[in-house]
Amino acid sequence: MLTQNELQRQEKSAAVRNGVVGGLTYFFLTVWALIVLFPFYWMVLTSVKSYGSYNAERIPAFFTKQPTLQNYADAFTSVPLAKYFLNTLIFTVATTAVMMAVIVLAAYAFARLEFVGKNITFALFLSLMMIPNELVVITNFVTITNLGLRNTFTGLILPSVTSVFYIYLLKENFEQVPDELYRAAKVDGTSDLKYLFKVMIPISRPTIVTIVILKVIECWNAYVWPRLITDDPAYFLVSNGIQEIRENGFGRENVPAMMAAVVAVSVPLIVLFLIFRKKIMEGVSRGGIKG
Amino acid sequence: MDNRNQKGWLYLLPALLFLGVFMVYPLADVLIYSFEEGYNFASQTFFGVGWYNYSYVLHDPYFLQAVKNTFLIVLITVPLSTLIALLISALLSSIKPLRNLFQTIYFLPYVTNTLAVGLVFMILFRKTPYTDGLVNLVIRLFGGSAVDFIDGPYWAKMFVMCFYTIWVVMPFKILILTGALASVRQDYYKAAKIDGTPRLRVFFRITLPMISPMIFYLVITGFIGAFKAYSDEVAIFGTDLNAAGMNTIVGYVYDMLYGNSGGYPSYASAAALILFAVVFTITVINLLISQKNVHY
Repeated sequence: MLTQNELQRQEKSAAVRNGVVGGLTYFFLTVWALIVLFPFYWMVLTSVKSYGSYNAERIPAFFTKQPTLQNYADAFTSVPLAKYFLNTLIFTVATTAVMMAVIVLAAYAFARLEFVGKNITFALFLSLMMIPNELVVITNFVTITNLGLRNTFTGLILPSVTSVFYIYLLKENFEQVPDELYRAAKVDGTSDLKYLFKVMIPISRPTIVTIVILKVIECWNAYVWPRLITDDPAYFLVSNGIQEIRENGFGRENVPAMMAAVVAVSVPLIVLFLIFRKKIMEGVSRGGIKG
Repeated sequence: MDNRNQKGWLYLLPALLFLGVFMVYPLADVLIYSFEEGYNFASQTFFGVGWYNYSYVLHDPYFLQAVKNTFLIVLITVPLSTLIALLISALLSSIKPLRNLFQTIYFLPYVTNTLAVGLVFMILFRKTPYTDGLVNLVIRLFGGSAVDFIDGPYWAKMFVMCFYTIWVVMPFKILILTGALASVRQDYYKAAKIDGTPRLRVFFRITLPMISPMIFYLVITGFIGAFKAYSDEVAIFGTDLNAAGMNTIVGYVYDMLYGNSGGYPSYASAAALILFAVVFTITVINLLISQKNVHY
């Protein structure tokens, strides 16, 4: 039998142990959070240091007393950063819009329409999911070059307007819509296209929004294909622009201005993420493939 | 009936067209390229058919260096990132206050442009004649001597590369693992608590087996992703990866295709197919192992 005293002591030591475990937990979590956040802090910090004061620092300073926005002005004037942004915006909007049209139609065909060869076609589509991009990019490069589409938006956009995975995701979602709705619509004489736009798309909106967001992130960060297909800076996207700034820069190495460009490139997606945090994380865990 | 058939195919037409031109045809084409010897990009002619392209690639020192780099990156980052992600997710699941904040922070690298943030890493690790950089400052603080991580010894460059790769792939792994941990049924934990089972034992006997399918999923996708490493390397070391000695297999493919050393789609195709064969084999092995070891 334990006395009252012993019981209390045991409870106390358990509480201490829990406290220690809890403290260590928060300690480790904070360490990782700092590792994640530090590069962001450093790029913002460096971007507001003046060119002179940055280069005078033999030992990097952790804060600055005279923040300046001059680097942002430099980043947008001495290199065509605004042009890169515009290009990326056009590329992102056009790619996403065309892809949505293509995959919505295909998913609707697989989910709702009946035609000979549907199942075998769908199986073939699924098998294409295993094909890595690296295998097909070589021929696509040759195709686009031979078509004379290098340094055009068409050449940039065309190869990435279909995604078997998103067709699959959307088809699964379309199939959740009850058949009765379709039959009722057919009795009323609604056309398939109208049914698709008035019923299917509104019902599947969450999935469609998820796909759009994932595609926008992918487009914004696209690097390999744009690099292969554009060598005219007038068609550079932000990733290539950043690389160009790194290699040919501002005429001289100007780290603070470079960091200003990096901040400018990073901000849009971070804002998008903070607004759609739940949707993005949910979407990535369902369909994100990275890492 | 005929009408309905037509309609189905009509809706599929755009997808079929794009997939046909940009996926199915290239797949056949890449095989053909890889066997066309002495292919000339300008005149689009070739001498003969055979295994020469494969033999050339396999004897190219740049390719062998790329294979070595890629395998090192895979072997270091996949186990390490999975383990750290597992630890962080387990810790994350054990707390309530601030959990959302931490989760949001941890996810940030996923939505950043890897090329842009790579520049920050380069600045942090770089040593120039003017300054040793921040990381070296810390190393000095602990009594070490400064190393140039960007242009210095091989192991230092490999360290930065692996560090950055892990930083980039972590958000996805943490997200998946916290999701898996949340889906473990609470009854098991309650039962363990009643029995007074120690925490670690609960973790290894209940949690780990329950989430093992997700861990294997992450390992498999991690292997595939790490074998395709390329843009993270460019972000840190610039486009001339061969000069930095940090090229990867995918980087080799693109270098053969385009740029100063480019214009050889045949070599590029052979290298890409070798990569595909390697990734495919390792994925199959992974699947076989996971079938034996995943418990539900």
